[in-house]
Amino acid sequence: MVIISARTKHKHKQAGYSFTMLTIHYFASIREALDTDSEQLALPESVSSINDLIVYLGTNNPAFQSLSAADNKILVAVNQTVVDKSYRLSENDEVAFFPPMTGG
Amino acid sequence: MISIQTEDFDPAEEYSRLKEAAVDAGAIVIFTGLVREDHDHRDAGGSPVRSLHLEHYAGMTEKSLQSIVDEANTRWRLLATRVIHRVGELKPSDQIVLVGSASAHRQDAFESAQFIMDFLKSKAPFWKKQTTEQGSDWVESRDSDAEAIERWQKSV
Repeated sequence: MVIISARTKHKHKQAGYSFTMLTIHYFASIREALDTDSEQLALPESVSSINDLIVYLGTNNPAFQSLSAADNKILVAVNQTVVDKSYRLSENDEVAFFPPMTGG
Repeated sequence: MISIQTEDFDPAEEYSRLKEAAVDAGAIVIFTGLVREDHDHRDAGGSPVRSLHLEHYAGMTEKSLQSIVDEANTRWRLLATRVIHRVGELKPSDQIVLVGSASAHRQDAFESAQFIMDFLKSKAPFWKKQTTEQGSDWVESRDSDAEAIERWQKSV
């Protein structure tokens, strides 16, 4: 997994590869299971949808893999709006994974 | 107006503010939600809740509450609304949420306050973690909360 800490508004070109920069937030039980609340990732171009991202994160992180395999209720938001897993990612999207909400 | 805060709130003060903001209101409904010690149903073997931790997704929380309030404004004739949700550490009997709705007539005020509460419970990014003598665990969402939303979808 390529992790780049600096925020950028442009695609990164590195050794002929193009990366999409994303910020990912994790909340509640998912944050605890992964022991991280957020990360910035540079994704290869082959990762174009949320479904692709879930596979990619699972391949690189066994904790994420077991979470997404065990719990099909995980919700995903992009830029602070809940989306379907077929959603197509764009540069600088803010992605968040969290369990069903329990406010009130 | 929407507020996410750790501090407690005063329902009487919020009522006065709504009354002032909603000129010629004929009805004001104020709902408050409290932390329950018996959240796990002790008669079914659960333990009393000692504390509740409220986590939220800053930014998305305000955005989703605003869209719920906007939707309420398209469905009912409202003069003013108020939503306060607390986050952080809470104890049993603490106030956790307030929804206020002012309208010319009671039906709009009652229904819109209930609508906002029903959507807030499962569409705004809050998560509760409760601590009992047996430890801490995340509160699971309830089917009844999803059903409460279904009801509003059918009625329109």
